[in-house]
Amino acid sequence: MSNTQWEVVIGLETHTQLKTQSKIFSGSSIAFGAPPNAQASAVDIALPGVLPVLNREAVVCAIKFGLAIGGQIAPRSIFARKNYFYPDLPKGYQISQFEIPVVSGGGLAICVGQQEKYIKLTRAHLEEDAGKSLHEDFHGKTGIDLNRAGTPLLEIVSEPDMRSSAEAVAYAKALHALVQWIGICDGNMQEGSFRCDANVSVRPVGQKEFGTRREIKNLNSFRFMQQAIDFEVQWQINEIEEGRAIQQATVLFNPDTGETRAMRSKEDAHDYRYFPDPDLLPLEITSAWIDDVKSSLPELPQQLKTRFEAVYGLSAYDATTLTASREMAAYFTATLDAAGIANAKLCANWVMGEVAARLNKDGLEMTAVPLAPTLLAGIIRRIADNTISNKMAHEVFDALWAGEGADADTIIAARGLQQVTDSGAIEAVIDEVLAANEKSVAEFRAGKEKAFNALVGQVMKATKGKASPQQVDTLLRKKLG
Amino acid sequence: MINASLTQLAQALTQKKISAVELATLFLDRIERLNPALNAFITVDREKTLAQAQRSDDARKVGAGDTAAFQSKAPLSGIPLAHKDIFCTQGWRTTCGSKMLANFISPYDAHVVERMAAAGMVTLGKLNMDEFAMGSSNETSFFGAVKNPWDQARVPGGSSGGSAAAIAARLAPAATGTDTGGSIRQPAALCGLTGLKPTYGVVSRYGMIAFASSLDQAGPMAKSAEDCALLLTAMAGFDTRDSTSLERPAEDYSRDLQQPLTGLKIGLPKEFFGDGMDADVRAAVEAALDEYRKLGATTVEVSLPNSALSVPAYYVIAPAEASSNLSRFDGVRYGYRAPEYTDLADMYSKTRAQGFGAEVKRRILIGTYVLSHGYYDAYYLQAQKIRRLIAADFSAAFEQCDVIMGPTSPSVAFAFGAKNADPVQMYLSDIYTISTNLAGLPGMSLPCGFGNNSMPVGLQIIGRWFDEAGMLKVAHQYQQVTDWHTRMPGGLA
Repeated sequence: MSNTQWEVVIGLETHTQLKTQSKIFSGSSIAFGAPPNAQASAVDIALPGVLPVLNREAVVCAIKFGLAIGGQIAPRSIFARKNYFYPDLPKGYQISQFEIPVVSGGGLAICVGQQEKYIKLTRAHLEEDAGKSLHEDFHGKTGIDLNRAGTPLLEIVSEPDMRSSAEAVAYAKALHALVQWIGICDGNMQEGSFRCDANVSVRPVGQKEFGTRREIKNLNSFRFMQQAIDFEVQWQINEIEEGRAIQQATVLFNPDTGETRAMRSKEDAHDYRYFPDPDLLPLEITSAWIDDVKSSLPELPQQLKTRFEAVYGLSAYDATTLTASREMAAYFTATLDAAGIANAKLCANWVMGEVAARLNKDGLEMTAVPLAPTLLAGIIRRIADNTISNKMAHEVFDALWAGEGADADTIIAARGLQQVTDSGAIEAVIDEVLAANEKSVAEFRAGKEKAFNALVGQVMKATKGKASPQQVDTLLRKKLG
Repeated sequence: MINASLTQLAQALTQKKISAVELATLFLDRIERLNPALNAFITVDREKTLAQAQRSDDARKVGAGDTAAFQSKAPLSGIPLAHKDIFCTQGWRTTCGSKMLANFISPYDAHVVERMAAAGMVTLGKLNMDEFAMGSSNETSFFGAVKNPWDQARVPGGSSGGSAAAIAARLAPAATGTDTGGSIRQPAALCGLTGLKPTYGVVSRYGMIAFASSLDQAGPMAKSAEDCALLLTAMAGFDTRDSTSLERPAEDYSRDLQQPLTGLKIGLPKEFFGDGMDADVRAAVEAALDEYRKLGATTVEVSLPNSALSVPAYYVIAPAEASSNLSRFDGVRYGYRAPEYTDLADMYSKTRAQGFGAEVKRRILIGTYVLSHGYYDAYYLQAQKIRRLIAADFSAAFEQCDVIMGPTSPSVAFAFGAKNADPVQMYLSDIYTISTNLAGLPGMSLPCGFGNNSMPVGLQIIGRWFDEAGMLKVAHQYQQVTDWHTRMPGGLA
């Protein structure tokens, strides 16, 4: 075992399926789940003589993305043909962008724990997806489904800026949130709308040059991404430490075994013979077009995050969590608007805590949250003004979540949940409890803190839980002097 | 009737001297009689053709209340036309001259086919061609060579050789063609016809099986410039399905035909009048220029200094694009598939080895090579630079003249097999036509006499970008004072 410290270097390539009505170069629908080849037109199956026509909606998506990540949007970009033979690639080439992509540069802030980091992007380019080869149920033959052929993709390539699987996952999650936030991708990883390839290498800490990388293909869940990268990193370190050099390769992750395995080496690498597609004109994007798209963009998560931190005093972690999705941020903002800025931290805790947990437990999305933000704000206001304790608040929350009662105040009144905050009344109860529990008093005075809790419990019991816990604590300590 | 112009045919139809069905039958009968020797048609379907003709006659009856209005709306209605087999034609076999598509029935119509059908024209059949339009002699067709009606021991030119032979032999009054490096103009010259390649982007390429996408352009072939003008008017127009189709107002390409040529400046590129041209061709071209001077035109020497580079640049760009365009013929979805294979790679290689002919394979190999990693800059990018230089040469020349003239082909039609041994010799047949495609300019060829062995000679006219109407006027005025375009090969009655 050597003592070398290893640094992990990761870059991600992400294929995001764009949320357009039709395919990138034909009028066919891109809806998921249609019977095989029901959404494959003459253009999609590449009949002789057909030609591609660019879908401007896909370009709008690319412009939105470029604006959202602060990248450069090329005034003139080129579609190129990437030539290779495969049965689910009907033309024998994929139309993509090679030398001049539609978006270059820009970046994305991520948060790992409390640590913030900026991940630079290399480029994002438009391309068409291939179809699918179906290897089951054809009696030893292969079936071809071209429904997906021509689906618009934005391939987003990061710089090799990530230094751990956790950073890679945080980046992928931030990107996943962003593309949904700006409405260019539905983010459905199961259906393949968001797929990542991870380029992974290791190098001794302090070494400038990158190690040889291997590319893990088609990671379609964040959990698999973490597992795959962790396995791959350990594998590479072991190889090097045992004296074997890493060979550049493309590998696949097997979720069943948790292992990565090479599918092809660099020697088998294709020569794709890229050249500008003569069937398509250069893609010209004017500044007027960019301005037009800009005016349709919502406030971006990064802007919102900055505002949450600066104006509401939230931590970076809270701000990141609350801007994980547009729905989450909107819910938080609406709650805050109703509860008042002074209660920002309480709002954040309830939205990230109880609301998120209940959604998760009930298997609901934020879009289907049964509790209106104004109702949550009603609970928060009563916590803040000491009307109810935290424990009571959960009872109110449960009732409102279940659809009982018009609002927090109605439930508080109906169930008599007001805290007792009259110190005279609480003191009277304390006196009774102290008189009845001399043993505990003696134990506390002998240094047993546990005995104090027992006394608090007795006071709360005697007040049927309505006494303000903070006040009980303060007054009891005073009495016990 | 078989020698009539399209305008005369339209009149005969309007005046009910003949019906569309009778006219179609006349040509179908000639095809039946003469095509076995000439091999100009790959597919003839009498039933389909006559059904179309019947529809045209029916439409005319409906429009009979106002015949003049009907004719102005549909001046070509009822007139038969044949399509080069590169155009997808719904319900018809569309082979592109290849074994690869020998049994391919197109489920859709090419834009050009749609337009001609919308004009009421009746499809006579599908015309033979060099395989995937790769050839200058029509000898590369899977369906066998087409014979030149002027001398059946000679080639008709290519790749639209079937179109040229069919019109020359009066098997069709008009035909569609495509021109990637001269494939309309060279066979028109070799068969004594008038053919026009429009400015790149004027006619939609949708449904035209691609050879070299940045060079391919469809155009009309007929006996005269007047006929070509009518056909082009029907054929041209913006099409949203072709991104390289140009959005321009519709034009009547016949509008200037009657304008005199007084003051016309004809540019004669010195590079087109050098050693490469045969003496008989030169004599006919010079005589045509004299005729133009008599019509009031003046000639001026111009220079296209990079024209010597056009053939090498073309034979990089065209094969590069072709190698990619022809990748879709993989045996997976349609077309030929090898009957026996062991695995996917074997299926691909056997299918393509058996389905493509030698010239197509040669060009796929050249194209694959020039696009390969490490060669792309040296070949493809260089060729694109030359292409820009060639276009700039033309721009400069057109500052001194209105049209450019020269020979279409360096020689008259040659004998079968004469240039097969050396592909480069064959490629040089297009030396005067290729630069036009590289520059995207319109060009045409019209008959200007006869050379050795009484074979037709073609005069090439190259116009400014989008000046098809001007070019047609120049050709038409010449055809008003000469009769070369009315000559018909003997022995075919």
